[in-house]
Amino acid sequence: MRIAVTGLGATSPLGGDVASNWSALIEGRSGIKTLTDPWVDEMTVHFAGVLAEEPPLDRVEARKLDRSQQVALVAAREAWADAGSPEVDPLRMGTVIGSGIGGFLTLLNAYDTLKERGPSRISPHTVPMLMPSGPAAAVGHEFHAAAGVHAPVSACASGAEAIGVAARMIVDGRADVVLAGGTETPIHQLTMAGFAAMRALSTRNDDPQGASRPYDVGRDGFVMGEGAGVLVLESEEHAKARGARIYAYVVGAGMTADAHHIAQPDPEGKGARRAILAALEQADASPDDVAHINAHATSTPQGDVAEAVAIRSAMGNAQPLVTGTKSMTGHMLGAAGAIEGIYTVLALHHRLVPATLNLHEQDPEVDIDVVRGAPRELPAGDLLALNNSFGFGGHDVAIAFRTA
Amino acid sequence: MSQEILDGLAVIVNEVAGVPVADIQPDKSFIDDLDIDSLSMVEVVMAAEDKWGVKIPDSEVKNLRTVGDAVAYIEKSTA
Repeated sequence: MRIAVTGLGATSPLGGDVASNWSALIEGRSGIKTLTDPWVDEMTVHFAGVLAEEPPLDRVEARKLDRSQQVALVAAREAWADAGSPEVDPLRMGTVIGSGIGGFLTLLNAYDTLKERGPSRISPHTVPMLMPSGPAAAVGHEFHAAAGVHAPVSACASGAEAIGVAARMIVDGRADVVLAGGTETPIHQLTMAGFAAMRALSTRNDDPQGASRPYDVGRDGFVMGEGAGVLVLESEEHAKARGARIYAYVVGAGMTADAHHIAQPDPEGKGARRAILAALEQADASPDDVAHINAHATSTPQGDVAEAVAIRSAMGNAQPLVTGTKSMTGHMLGAAGAIEGIYTVLALHHRLVPATLNLHEQDPEVDIDVVRGAPRELPAGDLLALNNSFGFGGHDVAIAFRTA
Repeated sequence: MSQEILDGLAVIVNEVAGVPVADIQPDKSFIDDLDIDSLSMVEVVMAAEDKWGVKIPDSEVKNLRTVGDAVAYIEKSTA
C-alpha cells in the first residue's frame, strides 16, 4: 500500500487550523479549559478541550448542520484548499468521515422540542443532522464525492479507521482521491456524565491543563475534547500527475479487535499488537523501520499500560520515539485518530516529534521511549511512523505512514 | 395583499434560507426562484404557522408555489 497524503485540515482545542495545531504541539501548549456551562457545578469533572475557534460558518449553513458536521466541513475545506483544490472527476472522488457518537446534540435538542412543543415542531433537518453518516454525507455532498461516502463507527478508533477505509478505496481502484477523517463534538452534560460513570475521565479539577498526563504515574483518566481532522488521500499516480505536494504516504492500515471486554482493554494488548504488525506487514516493513509512534495514550490508568505492553511486544528491541499528544488536545474520541494521523504526518514531514505534556514521572510499567520535556528530532532518510487508535468495544487500528 | 404578512414571510425565508429580504417578492417561486428545497419549505411553513397561529396542512403546501400564494393563504386564514 502506498497512498499519497496531499492535504491536511484540522480544528481542535489547540487551534482552528493545522498550522496553529502544530505550533501548539511544538510549544507544548495545552488546549484544556475549565467549562463555564451552568450544568458543570454538579458534575465530578469540570473541564474539557473546547475548540480554540468556533466553526466559521454562516448562520444559514450552520442551522442545517449538527456541530459534528460543522467541524468536519471546516477541516475538509482546509484540507481541500491545502491540496490545491484539485479538479477531480466526481466518479473517482470519495469521502470517509468517521465519528464515535455522531449528531447526538441534535438528537437531544430535538427531544427537548418534542417534549415541550410536540411532534409537529420537529425540524425537517433533524434526521440528516443526527445520523452518524451525517458528517461524511455533508462533506461528500460539498466535494461531489460520487465514488462512495462511508462513515466508520468504531468509538475512539473511528478517525483512524476512516484513513484505513479511505486508503483501501484507492487500493481497490474505487477512487483516485478521498477525503478521509474523523469528527466529534461530545462536550455535553450527558456524555460527560456517561464517561464519568465509567470512571474514565480525569477529575483533576484544580489543574485542568495538568489533567491529561499519558504514561505519568499520577494519571487518573482522560480529558474529553472536541474537534475534526481531515486528510486528502490520493493515489500516487494521480498526485504525481498533477504535481501535488506529497506530505507522506499511507503504507499500511492494521484494523483488528480485542474480543476481550466491552470497555476495558486487553491487559496484554494483543489486539493492538496485531494491528501494529498488520500495518507493518502491509508496509513491507519491520519494527526496526519504525522511527516514531503517535500513541493512543489517553491517560487512563489501564489503557496506557496495555498500549505500552503492545508496543513493546510488537517492536521487539526497537525504540521508536513515542508521543502522546492527547496530553495537549484531550481525547477527541472519533476525531482523535484522524487528527493524530495528521500530527504523525507532520512529525515525519518536519522530522520532529512533539513532547508529551505533563509527563513528570513515567509509570515503571511503561517500557517505551516516550518523548517528554522538549520535542525530539527524527533522523534523515526514509522513515516509518505509526498512529495508534483504540476504542471502547475493543477496536484496534494502527496506521503506518512513510516519509515522502 | 398584506404588506405586513409579506414582510413577515420575507424575514422567515431569509432566516431559513439566507435569501436577501429584498428578493422575496410576491411573484417569486419558492423552488424555482428562491432555491427553497422541500425540507426548507417545511421550515418556512412551521415558522409561518407559529408566527400567525395558523395551520397550513401538507395538502395546501403544494399549492403555495409563489410567495404571493403563501401570503394570500395566510391572509385568508387569519381573516
